[in-house]
Amino acid sequence: MQLIRAEQLVKTYRAGEVEVPAVKGVDFTIDAKSFVAFVGPSGSGKTTLLNMIGCLDHPTSGKLTVLDTDVTSLDRRAAANFRGQHMGFVFQDFNLIPVLSVYENIEYPLIMVQNWPEQKRRAQITRLLEAVGMAGQANKRPDQISGGQKQRVAVARALATNAKLVLADEPTANLDHDTAYQVLALMKKMRDELGTTFLFSTHDPKIMAEAEVLFTLEDGRLNNATLVAKAEAAHA
Amino acid sequence: MLNVLKIALRNLARYGRRTLLTSTLITLGVVAVLLFIGIAGSFKALMIGQFTDGVLGNLEVHRKGYVASIDSLPLNLNMSPAMVQKVEQVLDKTPGIEVYSERVKLGAMFSNFTETTSIRVNGVVPAKEAATIPLMPGRLIEGSKQPPLLKPGEILIPKLLAQGLNVKLGDTVVLVATNLQGSVNGKTFVVRGILDSASGPSGRDGYIDINDARSLLRMTQPEVSEIAIRLKDPAQLEQVDAQLSRELAGITNQQGKQALEVHTWADLSPFSSIVKMIDLLTLFIKIMLVSIVLVSVLNVMIMAVYERIREIGTIAAIGTPPARILSLFLTEGLLLGLGGTALGTAISLAVIYALHLHKIVFNFGMQQGLVLAPSVSVRDVVVIVVMVVLMALLASLQPAWKASRMDPVRALSHV
Repeated sequence: MQLIRAEQLVKTYRAGEVEVPAVKGVDFTIDAKSFVAFVGPSGSGKTTLLNMIGCLDHPTSGKLTVLDTDVTSLDRRAAANFRGQHMGFVFQDFNLIPVLSVYENIEYPLIMVQNWPEQKRRAQITRLLEAVGMAGQANKRPDQISGGQKQRVAVARALATNAKLVLADEPTANLDHDTAYQVLALMKKMRDELGTTFLFSTHDPKIMAEAEVLFTLEDGRLNNATLVAKAEAAHA
Repeated sequence: MLNVLKIALRNLARYGRRTLLTSTLITLGVVAVLLFIGIAGSFKALMIGQFTDGVLGNLEVHRKGYVASIDSLPLNLNMSPAMVQKVEQVLDKTPGIEVYSERVKLGAMFSNFTETTSIRVNGVVPAKEAATIPLMPGRLIEGSKQPPLLKPGEILIPKLLAQGLNVKLGDTVVLVATNLQGSVNGKTFVVRGILDSASGPSGRDGYIDINDARSLLRMTQPEVSEIAIRLKDPAQLEQVDAQLSRELAGITNQQGKQALEVHTWADLSPFSSIVKMIDLLTLFIKIMLVSIVLVSVLNVMIMAVYERIREIGTIAAIGTPPARILSLFLTEGLLLGLGGTALGTAISLAVIYALHLHKIVFNFGMQQGLVLAPSVSVRDVVVIVVMVVLMALLASLQPAWKASRMDPVRALSHV
């Protein structure tokens, strides 16, 4: 089942009088429940592509369908609503809310975005805390836990609303290798348990090896040969 | 909403020192305004009470043109008995009026048989005057304060006159007056009491019975110079003034023109300028408070948004609706205003209560030892609280709006 379909996706930024092309006509499809990495050097368009898939940014042209919705036509409010209903985000800098505890950070989207009732929230958060191995740290504030733990909490927060798609921009860039592998293992485990599709970007060759489907971007263009090879390897 | 409140509170606590400084500023502003309103407002009320309850009454009715020439106490501008009857019919059916007192005002020569000086005298019906001007007996520094205020043949004289002419209680004095026809008449009086001076017009007048005044002036009919009116509720002054002016406009002179005028105490007393100045100062200090709240909350909220751009980007990215982001920042501003206001109001009320218990004693003009017991009305407190809270909300609106409209991509890439 196709979760994402991009056709001739283009994104051009304007810096004063100068137009800067970030993504130059990209076509791809991503199936549900897959574990996908967008790789490439800095400036290759990975983050721009993730932002467009995550409805954070609009393509300049082309067609982008996510969960059977043409996300290019969503306005700001509709895009926020779509993200809140279907997506989760994991950021390079963890981006936990510093004034909230681990428990409350995971609870945040359930209150502020989806308005879950108390009992249902508690059950979901408890389950996620156990799943990411943070049950013992629930009452700690983000500044009281390590980077790896922060990213585990971020993964739990991304999954709190039962998101069908989690987008992670360089989720391991601020972690040491061991911790990075642990976080990726956790993401993969959650994909297996919950059936969530994970898309992440990285420029670290060791980390990209963990992906099951690999899209290599170079100068805003997708290298389809790499995709096919990796996809075949993954399905072999 | 409770969760928005909780997060907003924690965000304020996150920048504890800044929150404390801003709240303190708002607290100080609220304390300054409420104390000023409490003390100045009570001073104003006390002084107005001195004029209305001690000398003038809340309202006065005169023949048209009388007040313009009041310095010469023109006898030719007295109200005729027919006119007085019509006025009293109107006064009797006007609901806001508690009581009224007719006066005959005259200028006379005052003699203790060795020295002579001039005096302004009010001829009054003692019982009605005491009811209309209830602080009048309190002005007696010598003589009985028990009713009646005075009897026919008796006079109340001002302190300065008594001191100047060395007149004592029980002394016999003479008043000599010229009537409308130019005829001079004299009459002896016994000094019944000595009055403390009051600020403003008529504050140093003497008082005799109205029939003595008419007799002294050899009036052929019972004319009246003015009718002083006491209202049931002084706050109804403007409404009663307007209603009376409307009703009395129908009473005309022989030329068919309006014969009467109604004046409030403020029209007759120079203290009304001081009242206006107090009101202006109160307005000015309120504007200062508004500015303090506006600038301090705006500053804090602009900083809060600027420092949390990435955080705003995060909550926007995970799907927080713009309206909820707006409400989060508005709540922070609101809590800042509420906190400062609550503390400021509590401190102000405590200080005002303490001042009310211990009183402030002061002198004003000729009046010595006035006792001020500051108080503040619920209405004033509510107005200040609502004003500050609204200003805090207003000041938060622009930063909150900016936060809610922030582009998540730019916000997330902010360094």
